[in-house]
Amino acid sequence: MNVLESGIGELFQPPDPDGFREWVRTKKTSGLVDKVMTEQEAIARFVQDGDYIGTELYGTVRAPMSLCREVIRQGRKHLRVAGQGIHEIDLLLAADLVDTLDITYVAWEVYGISAILRRAVESGRVKTTDWSNGGITWRFKAAAMGVPFLPIRSMLGSDTLKYSAAKVVEDPFTGQPVCLVPALFLDVGLIHVHRADRYGNCQIDGISGFAQEMARASKKLIVSCEEIISTDKIRKYPEHTVIPYYLVDAVVEAKYGSHPGEMCYRYWRDGEHLQQFLKDSADPQKTQAYLDKWIYGTKNHAEYIELVGIDRMRELEAQIGGR
Amino acid sequence: MSEFNESELLICVASRLMEDGTTAFVGTGIPMLAAALAKRMHARNLIPIFEFGGTGASLQRLPLGVGDSRTFHKAYAASGICDIMETAARGFVDYGFLGGAQIDMFGNLNTTVIGPYWPPKVRLPGSGGANEVGSLCWKTIIIMRKHEPRSFLERVTFVTTPGYLTGPGAREAAGLPPGTGPYRVVTNLGTMDFDPDSCRMRLIAVNPGVTREQVLAATGFELLVADKVATNRPPTKRELRLLREKIDPEHYYI
Repeated sequence: MNVLESGIGELFQPPDPDGFREWVRTKKTSGLVDKVMTEQEAIARFVQDGDYIGTELYGTVRAPMSLCREVIRQGRKHLRVAGQGIHEIDLLLAADLVDTLDITYVAWEVYGISAILRRAVESGRVKTTDWSNGGITWRFKAAAMGVPFLPIRSMLGSDTLKYSAAKVVEDPFTGQPVCLVPALFLDVGLIHVHRADRYGNCQIDGISGFAQEMARASKKLIVSCEEIISTDKIRKYPEHTVIPYYLVDAVVEAKYGSHPGEMCYRYWRDGEHLQQFLKDSADPQKTQAYLDKWIYGTKNHAEYIELVGIDRMRELEAQIGGR
Repeated sequence: MSEFNESELLICVASRLMEDGTTAFVGTGIPMLAAALAKRMHARNLIPIFEFGGTGASLQRLPLGVGDSRTFHKAYAASGICDIMETAARGFVDYGFLGGAQIDMFGNLNTTVIGPYWPPKVRLPGSGGANEVGSLCWKTIIIMRKHEPRSFLERVTFVTTPGYLTGPGAREAAGLPPGTGPYRVVTNLGTMDFDPDSCRMRLIAVNPGVTREQVLAATGFELLVADKVATNRPPTKRELRLLREKIDPEHYYI
């Protein structure tokens, strides 16, 4: 295939489909194993310094916030991160745990840009390679398919491509230029879902974001859930299982695990908390004070929710509205 | 009620570009308000499409982000990002609505960095889904809140999202789907299109009280001017009432 252009960005996690197959063959089991554990145990067992990690969906929406807070408590360092997010990425960057970022979008949507991202990248502390949201999700999809890359029709002609690690080739079928994005195999995926059983069969309400692709692109997959349900209930509606058990390594029960983000049909985002964080994040010392109070100062997710206040969570439950 | 601010005018002008019975890929901010307004005014059958999976939401409640639960409230479908991006890649999405930090004469957008790539002078959010919107939707409508020389540049230093790149034929040469590209630019001063021969940005309408000279002076490159320059209509009472009372009563945007 004729390579017309190569992105100059560093490929932080080169694709290794055969290595992934070997991993799946030796580390994943079709047996039903009870995988319920605490978040402390899940992060301690499955996240190592230097790992390449991904989170889904994003910081204000069904994000694995309780798991991210535990990664920070345990101080996993030199992480490489798929950077499509908001609050979760901000926290990991603020705790100085990230070396490299495959970045698609890190900002606060309606609330503005991320001061923490700015400090981390403008200071040269964190290295970046840029992609588009479609580009990075198709990278997960390629990994999920077990192939080394996928051809896509975006990123072409742009500096997003130039500073990525994608390539443009002449499509052997049509002769047209097409963009190839390399498969992104994660060491660890972190996903928060509505319900799971003890073995890791997961149900998600509402949009599924990129949970299906990321779950299948992860060597190790830690799932947190709003509630653990019986396998009988899972088996009654098997079509609702978007992440089957054999992909999952740990199941952590974490009611309100997406706080301060929302969980559709359960609780709305905590706008006051987010805006206060955003204000604090403009100042490094106040950012540190936030981490001290909400993460280092709480032993686990249960203590964190105690600090937020159960009354506050009830308010957010009332604010989400019905279907 | 006849008084209105710049955001309200911007939302109304953008909203009137949304056609009934079309599909629109909607980004965060002004596009969401414009789509919510259009659905209550002239485009009941507008199908808003949101990046992370929402298709055909009612927009009774204003989303605060492209993945929140309001992007699929009473929607026809709630899928995922691959499905949405692939739907755009198949050619199903008529309009894409985007914002940007900087734009150039060919409609290229920068939302990634100011200064060198790394380490940059200012690190901006990055593409998000904008690159797919600008690459794959048939017509891209770009909304710029502030029309000023530092955001309207001859060439953006970083092309996050492709407009017409370097001019006629450049998109197709790069491999982007033929027949796509920027269609309108809506700002606080007026509305621009792109000259079909040169692919350069061209003034086609000014906002009420704004002169074409003001628009030219606020543009950091030589802006073409159409033979006839119209004046955008101010927001109507009904539009303002809907915006203030129904669409954004919490004043997130207006």
